[in-house]
Amino acid sequence: MKNLIILLLALSALVSTAELSVQQIVEKANFASYYAGKDGKATVTMTINDKNGQKRIREFVILRKDEKDAGNQKFYVYFKKPFDVRKMAYLVWKHVAIDDDDDRWLWLPDLNLKKRIAPGDKRSSFVGSHFLYEDVSGRNLSEDKHELIETTQTHYLIKNTPVNPNEVEFSYYNIWINKENFLPQKAIYFKKETKKKYRMVEVLEIKDIQGFPTVVKSKASDLETGGFTINTFSDVKYNINLKERIFTERFLRRPPREVR
Amino acid sequence: MNLKKTLFASFFIFTFILLESFAESANFQNLIYDKYGVDFHGFTELRLGTRTGTDDHQESESLQDMRLQLEIEKFTDFCTFNLRADFLYDGITGTSDIDLDRATGPVDLREANILFTPVDWMDIKIGRQILTWGTGNMLFINDMFPKDWQAYFSGRDTEYLKAPSDAVFTSIYSSVNLDIAFIPTFDNDRFIDGSRNSFFNENQLVGDDRIIETEIPDRIFTDSETALRLYKNIGGYEIALYYYNGFWKSPAGMNPTNGKMTFPELSVYGMSIRGQVFNGIGNIEIGYYDSENDRDGTDPFKRNSELRYLIGYEREVAKNFTVGLQYYVEHKLDYKNYKQNFPQNKNTLNEMIRQVLTLDLRKQLLNQNLTISCFSYYSPTDNDAYLRPSVSWKATDAWELSAGANIFLGKYEDTFFGQFKNNTNIYISARYGF
Repeated sequence: MKNLIILLLALSALVSTAELSVQQIVEKANFASYYAGKDGKATVTMTINDKNGQKRIREFVILRKDEKDAGNQKFYVYFKKPFDVRKMAYLVWKHVAIDDDDDRWLWLPDLNLKKRIAPGDKRSSFVGSHFLYEDVSGRNLSEDKHELIETTQTHYLIKNTPVNPNEVEFSYYNIWINKENFLPQKAIYFKKETKKKYRMVEVLEIKDIQGFPTVVKSKASDLETGGFTINTFSDVKYNINLKERIFTERFLRRPPREVR
Repeated sequence: MNLKKTLFASFFIFTFILLESFAESANFQNLIYDKYGVDFHGFTELRLGTRTGTDDHQESESLQDMRLQLEIEKFTDFCTFNLRADFLYDGITGTSDIDLDRATGPVDLREANILFTPVDWMDIKIGRQILTWGTGNMLFINDMFPKDWQAYFSGRDTEYLKAPSDAVFTSIYSSVNLDIAFIPTFDNDRFIDGSRNSFFNENQLVGDDRIIETEIPDRIFTDSETALRLYKNIGGYEIALYYYNGFWKSPAGMNPTNGKMTFPELSVYGMSIRGQVFNGIGNIEIGYYDSENDRDGTDPFKRNSELRYLIGYEREVAKNFTVGLQYYVEHKLDYKNYKQNFPQNKNTLNEMIRQVLTLDLRKQLLNQNLTISCFSYYSPTDNDAYLRPSVSWKATDAWELSAGANIFLGKYEDTFFGQFKNNTNIYISARYGF
């Protein structure tokens, strides 16, 4: 009898290690989405389709360097299109500590000016698209309470409720995370009052690049107006040994070889 | 419309159609890139403005610009070449010969430089370039690089406030970074001389009918300028020390023998700090203006030394809505000596302290394609103000339409903004970029 109890305990311990906790799932998803390799680059083409069907194209190169896995990161974004933002560079020092705002600078080439940007609402649009700043650099995990709602053959469905509801425009959002590669497949955001869905971010295509499953096409939709933005990522490379100094004023003044 | 204007307008429209058809096919830029490895870009712009009131010294139109900007850039393993030039028909000052310093002619060369990295820790940029530093927003203490106040006050794009410098700019990167700008021949501001905006001079408002005469230091190497900046980012706080040696950038004196305005010698010592404060960006900047030829302030024909400082704060108060505030002071030193030696009508005597408050409001709408903004200066000591409301709409990725105004208010005719009261203007512009 005693042996049986020990066996059962041992078994349950085994099972619990096989079944990930919700915290482990979201950490793995965060890691898969934002920390592939120790650094990386990609050329991003954003096609913004507004509710009237008008198209706008943004093209930029993004460089990323991790201070450490799942820790602080630096981003360098160099704009190529359209003409009014061409040669602008955007530098972000992302801090994961919850009370620590990111440092952000914008380089205005015509004025030769390094402008410091006030730490803004991270849930405002990134360059006028349907993607938000937070979609680009990642939402801090500790800002939501995570619940595992459903586990299917292929996905985990996780409900995320904000810890500080006043800081965001949604009531909660659901994320479908691929069990195999831990990339979030789809996210749907629900409104505060009506609890209706109003915003969706989904992955349209994933490719294996240097062993890292990588999103190469994604879409953000405004479900209320019908407007949407499609991002395509090309020329994706990881572990390219980006120098720390690229993420400084020097390379705002003088764009590095990697972004040209 | 005279013949020259008609010809230029035709040329402008022709070039525009040509460029648009090139850009539409998008092949032209690719062709140039593939063949020569050169990035080719630019824009055409039409910008018109008019005075809202009457100015006896100026025409009623304040702005009539037809502009074509072309830029070519080439990267090689060794260096980067950059050439950016504006071809401009200025309907207000009319056509004149090419003058690359004052940019009054048909060509305004914005940039023509070569940048290279001789050693790993150093960058050098030689040639015509736009230079900027300091933390003020549309207020400049340690940024002693030339400004184009005429462009700023008459409604040209804000970019044109910065006039180019002909310089050797060396940057040394180490645990502390050092920038050295050497400008072999003094580059003065494109200051208000009356040709475009009327201003207060010797007890009266003067304008186009009496453009001021100046003595500009122009001997190569003798009348040079040197500007240094030593800076470091410590935990997100940007700290900088500055030094400048050269001349007052706009007229700050007079030659008593011929009445011409002069640019006395000047050194500036300063510092600044900028970083995050209470969910916003805060900055402090200070500069000591050492008027070398009038150290004790007794020479009435040269501007006294000054202490200038500012404190600023900017914050995104709501989604896509940013508010910035600044408090700025110019403190005239040795004021007693200045007052005692002031020769003319004591009514035009400057106060010891000039204070300026600025308020910057910026709101973006329609997926950030519409920007509504207003930058305002208000001086409680001068009792004057300058407002710059503007609306700009990115109609498509190529077209940008904007409208705005330059509003000058003031109780007196001899204060900094008050003197421009009759220059209050509104403008519209259309820009096509490729």
